[in-house]
Amino acid sequence: MDTFVQQLINGLTIGAIYALLALGYTMVYGILRLINFAHGDIYMVGAFAGFFLATQLGFAAGPSLVGLVIVLIGAMIIAALVGMAIERFAYRPIRKYARMTTLITAIGVSLLIENGFVAKLGAAPRAFPQLLQEQSYTLFGNAAISKSQILIFGVSIFLMLLLQWIIFKTKVGTAMRAVSFNLNSAKLMGINTDMIISVTFALGSALAAAGGVLTAQYNPQIDPLMGIITGLKAFVAAVLGGIGNIPGAVLGGLLIGLAETFVVGYGQNVGVPTTFRDAVAFAILILVLLFRPSGLLGSTVQEKV
Amino acid sequence: MKRIAISLLLVTSLLFALACERKGGPSASNGTGTIVVGYYGDLSGRTSNFGQSTKEGVLMAADEINKAGGLNGRQVQILSEDDEGRPEKAATVVTKLIDQDKVVALLGEVASGNTLAAAPKAQGAKVPMISPSSTNPAVTQVGDYIFRVCFIDPFQGEVMAKFAANTLKAKKAAIMLDFNSPYSRGLTEFFEAAFKKLGGQIVNQQSYTQGDRDYKGQLTAIRSASPDVIYVPGYYGEVGVIAKQAQQLGIKAPLLGGDGWDATQLWELGGDALNGDFISNHYSVDDPSPAIQKFVADYQARYSKRPDALAALGYDAMKVLAEGIKKAGTTDGPKLRDAIAQTKDFAGVTGTISLDAQRNAVKPAVVLKLQDKKYIYQETIYPEGMGPQTKAAPAATTEAPGKAGN
Repeated sequence: MDTFVQQLINGLTIGAIYALLALGYTMVYGILRLINFAHGDIYMVGAFAGFFLATQLGFAAGPSLVGLVIVLIGAMIIAALVGMAIERFAYRPIRKYARMTTLITAIGVSLLIENGFVAKLGAAPRAFPQLLQEQSYTLFGNAAISKSQILIFGVSIFLMLLLQWIIFKTKVGTAMRAVSFNLNSAKLMGINTDMIISVTFALGSALAAAGGVLTAQYNPQIDPLMGIITGLKAFVAAVLGGIGNIPGAVLGGLLIGLAETFVVGYGQNVGVPTTFRDAVAFAILILVLLFRPSGLLGSTVQEKV
Repeated sequence: MKRIAISLLLVTSLLFALACERKGGPSASNGTGTIVVGYYGDLSGRTSNFGQSTKEGVLMAADEINKAGGLNGRQVQILSEDDEGRPEKAATVVTKLIDQDKVVALLGEVASGNTLAAAPKAQGAKVPMISPSSTNPAVTQVGDYIFRVCFIDPFQGEVMAKFAANTLKAKKAAIMLDFNSPYSRGLTEFFEAAFKKLGGQIVNQQSYTQGDRDYKGQLTAIRSASPDVIYVPGYYGEVGVIAKQAQQLGIKAPLLGGDGWDATQLWELGGDALNGDFISNHYSVDDPSPAIQKFVADYQARYSKRPDALAALGYDAMKVLAEGIKKAGTTDGPKLRDAIAQTKDFAGVTGTISLDAQRNAVKPAVVLKLQDKKYIYQETIYPEGMGPQTKAAPAATTEAPGKAGN
C-alpha cells in the first residue's frame, strides 16, 4: 500500500511539472492555433536562467529560501522576456501566412535554441545549486515526501490559481478570452491583439520557467536538451486534456505523470519494461487522436464554413 | 587543343599531389619529425568529466616523454578530438584522425559504447588503439589492434559481488542499470552471476536510460523489495541523481557502483546522499606507494586538482604506447602492434600492467568507500593467479577469485 502511495506522489510530482508546461502550449494554441514547439526549450531556458542567477548572485553556496524565491521569480521574468521576443521576431512577421509556416518556424526556433545553447555552453549536464535544504517527511509506512516535492506542489497550485484569476478576473484575461474566441472581432472591438498575444507568450513562458527551476531543485541536473522530451510529453498532456482547454492541460499533465510512473513502478509485473516510460505518453497521444481527438475536457468545435 | 593540354596538366598535377599526400605526412612510419598520436574522448557531452580527465593524463605523460628526449629521438604530439560522448561521432573523429591526420596510434575512449563504435575503424586501418578505461569485454574482441590498460567487467562485476557478499555480508541485492549502455549491461550480468554463486539473491532489477531525470518510480519498486545493497553500474551523471532520490525516499541500503562513478561532478549532483556508498576502481589516490604519490603530486602541480582514476589510466595508456614505440623502434602499424602486445610487467600508476592474449590488462581492483567527497580505501581484490606481491595491502584478498575473462 505504501508503495502505491509513494508511486502516486512520484507521479503527481512530475505530472505537476508537465501541467505547468502544458498550460503554455494550450494558451498559445487557444489564441493563435499554433503549436509552439519551442515551448519545451523555454523550460530549459528557465532552468538555465535560474542556474546563472543562483551562481552569479552567490546563492549557490548554501540553501537559502530568499535565494530560491529570487531565483524562481528572476527565471520566470527572463523566460517571459525570451518568450515575448520569440513571438515578436519569429512568429509575428509570419502570422498572416498559412498555419503550416508558423508550425515549421516553431520547430526551427526550437532547434535554434537547443543547438545555440549546446554551442555556447556545451552539452554536458550541470549540477543545479541546491537552494532548498532537502529533507524527507514520512507520511505513513514507508511513503515519503521530500521538501522539493512539497515545493513543486505548492508553487504549481499557486501559479495555476493565479493564472485562473488572471484569465477570469482581470481585464487582460477578458481580452485574452476575447482574442481566443475570435481574433479579428476582438481587434474590431478595440483590443490590442498584438499586446494580448505577447502577454499570452509571457505568461506561458513564465510558467514553463517555474517548471524548469522547480525540476532543477527536485533533480539537480540541467542540460541544453532537457526540454525536448519533457516538452513533447507536456504537449501530449495538453492534447490529452483537450488543447485550448486550461483545466484540461492540468488534468492531462497529471495523468501523463501518473501513467509514466506506474509503467515504471508496475510495468515489469505485467511484462512491460521500464524503458517504455517515454513510449507511454506517445501511445496515449495516438489513442486520444484515434478515439477522442478533442481530448478529455475539450469540446468538439464545429468547423465554420 | 590548348584547353585540353591545360586540363591534362591540371589533372596530372592533382594526381601527383594526391600521390604525395598519401606517401608523405609528418608521421610517415619511418620518417623523422614528430610522432602524431590521436586522442578521442567526450570533451563536451554527458560524460565530459571522463574525456577531460583522461586527456589531462595523456597530455601529462606526453610532456614527460618529450622532456626526457622523446621516443627514438622524435617528439610526441597529441592530436585531440571531441566525440561529444556519442558513438557515431566517435567513429567519425577516429576516421578523421586516421585518414586525415595520419596518426600512428590512437588513445581512447572511456565509455565502452563509444570505443566499440570507433574500434573497427582502427582495426581496419591497422592503427593500434589503446583504450585507457573501457572495461566491456567486447572492446578488445573487435580485433588484434585494440588494447586496453584496465581490467575488464567480468572481473569488476565480480569484485563488487565479492565485496557485497563477503565484506558487507549482503544476502539480497537489487540492480538498477543503464539499459542502453554496454558497460552497464556487462557489469550487471557479471555481478549477478558472481553474487548468486556466492549464495546471494537478486530481489529486484530496474533500468533507466541515459538522460532520464526521474528515478523515483524505479527506486520505489526497489525499496519495496528491501534489498541489503543496490548495485548501480552507471555513469556519474545519472548515478549522482539516483543517489539523491534514493535518499529522499528514505532508502538506507548502500549503493554499489563501478569506475563509472569516479568524477568530480558526482559530488555536485549527489552531495551527502553518496556517503556510505562503495565503488570498485582502478587505483586509490590515497595509496601510499611512491609511484602513485609522485603521480598525484605531479598532477596536482600541473592541474591544481586531485587526479581521478581516468586521469591515471590515460597517463598509463600513453606510457604503455610509448614503451611499445620504443621497443618497436618504428611507428609502423603491424610492428608497433606486436610490440604493444608484448607489454609485460610494465610499472604503471594504476598497478603493474601485463597484457594477456586477449590484449586486456590483468590488474587488481580496489574497493573505495564514498564519504564527504573522499574515496576511502577499503580493500584490494586480485584476479586469479595474482597475489598481493607488489604492495602490502591490509586485509587484501578475500578468497581465491574465480575466472576473469570470457
